[in-house]
Amino acid sequence: MSGLLSVRDLHVHLGESHVLQGIEFDVPEGGVTALLGRNGVGKTTTLRALMGLVDRRGSIKLGGEEITATPTHRIVRRGVGYVPEDRDVFAGLTVDENLRLAERDGDPRYELVYDLFPELKERGRQLAGTLSGGQQQMVAIARALLNENRVLLVDEPTKGLAPLLVTQVADVLARVSELTTVLLVEQNLGVVQRVAREAVVLDTGRVVHIGPAKELLANEAMVHRMLGVGHAA
Amino acid sequence: MLLTVTGVGLGALYFLIASGLSLIYGLMGVLNFAHGAFITVGAYAMWFTESKLGGVPIWPRFLLGALVGLVVGAVFAGLVELVLIRPLYRRHIEQVLVTVGLGLSTTALVIAIWGNDARPVPAPAWFGETTTLAGANIPNDRFLLIVSALVVLLALTAFLKRTRYGLIIRAGVENRAMVTALGIDVRRAFTLVFAIGGVAAALAGVLSNVYFTTVDPGRGTSLLIFAFIVVVIGGLGSLRGTAAAAVVVGLVQQYANYYASSGLGDLSVVLLLGLVLLVRPRGLSGSFA
Repeated sequence: MSGLLSVRDLHVHLGESHVLQGIEFDVPEGGVTALLGRNGVGKTTTLRALMGLVDRRGSIKLGGEEITATPTHRIVRRGVGYVPEDRDVFAGLTVDENLRLAERDGDPRYELVYDLFPELKERGRQLAGTLSGGQQQMVAIARALLNENRVLLVDEPTKGLAPLLVTQVADVLARVSELTTVLLVEQNLGVVQRVAREAVVLDTGRVVHIGPAKELLANEAMVHRMLGVGHAA
Repeated sequence: MLLTVTGVGLGALYFLIASGLSLIYGLMGVLNFAHGAFITVGAYAMWFTESKLGGVPIWPRFLLGALVGLVVGAVFAGLVELVLIRPLYRRHIEQVLVTVGLGLSTTALVIAIWGNDARPVPAPAWFGETTTLAGANIPNDRFLLIVSALVVLLALTAFLKRTRYGLIIRAGVENRAMVTALGIDVRRAFTLVFAIGGVAAALAGVLSNVYFTTVDPGRGTSLLIFAFIVVVIGGLGSLRGTAAAAVVVGLVQQYANYYASSGLGDLSVVLLLGLVLLVRPRGLSGSFA
């Protein structure tokens, strides 16, 4: 059965490198699906390909509709939110301006955003470039939450954050997953274990495992073999 | 005093051209060598309009000519973006070739239609008169140049700070891909920026007609060289840096021409460019607006 987001035979070349080699997976509606794998196996490229930010070949369907040839801004307008790996906040714009830029429809969800990240309300006039890494991550997630999305693509939201902030981000992801479907790239397996329902594992540009996240993470041998780590819950 | 006001006036002219170049490069990464064509088109559209309004009193004739120059400049620049630049995004070599070709062919077309000679452009006599300021007699056209550039600078700053498209442009200068990833069709902003650049360049063309009292086919090319120098000195993508650099370049050019030797002004500007690139390779400013 195909999911809300359905990926078939997806290929991406970056220069000479064949980064994604015909990957196939589904993201079921509701909850968090984790996209896992060692560094450099193509997780970020997969999200960028889904967003149309890199040239790609194959089939990507959102709710049964083909979006492979759709330009990025139209993919977003069909209800795909994106939180990029390096946050990519606009450093020269204030927090308020970063959020205002992300408004897509007449009814942006500022109430939800400020409920999740009250600090952003206080720092509205501060330049985003002067925020800490954790605060910038809040802006990046808030931009995606401002509009109602069918699916959120979230790329390593806890990367480089202090442990306390990692817990906060995990809390936010758990709450967001009650509102919308999330495809999450995450290296912190503790966070994955807490929020993810399904897991897709990539290795050198191919999908090597699909299944319930808890089953995968309970199997230390598989975790070690596929992800190259022992995990801390 | 006259020297300083003339230098600032010349800087104002450079700013009008360089502001569009800077915006276009900052947002789109396009080095627009066709920008000189926007100046030429604006200048000739003004002259042509005025030449067809022979019996009309000079002020309405001048203002109508200027208005037509600005509109034609904006439409021409917008069409250039839609027809020539849009199919070539991310193909920088081809962009350079196309814009250089358009610049050269525009000049050639103008020569083919109206000849190589400079044509006199009628303007109200007031611009040729002088106003005494701190003991110096300043030609009024210098004030026109300075006030026009200030109005454009304020208008552009307000546009960038207070409108949604301004917000999109400022964000796009930082990270174009992320702007599209927020669901924004950044191509509309591209066309708008080209049109704004076209208006500012056409205004420079119109004002250069007043300053030089003639129009000639090489106008755009000769002014464009200094505008590029201003953009590099000011910092690519920085409006405030562009404004500061334009004034510096205009003043250095005038002072060198007067105190050293006539003709050394151009050389001194190039030396200034070399000095800035050695000391501050990213120009005077790295910020936008």
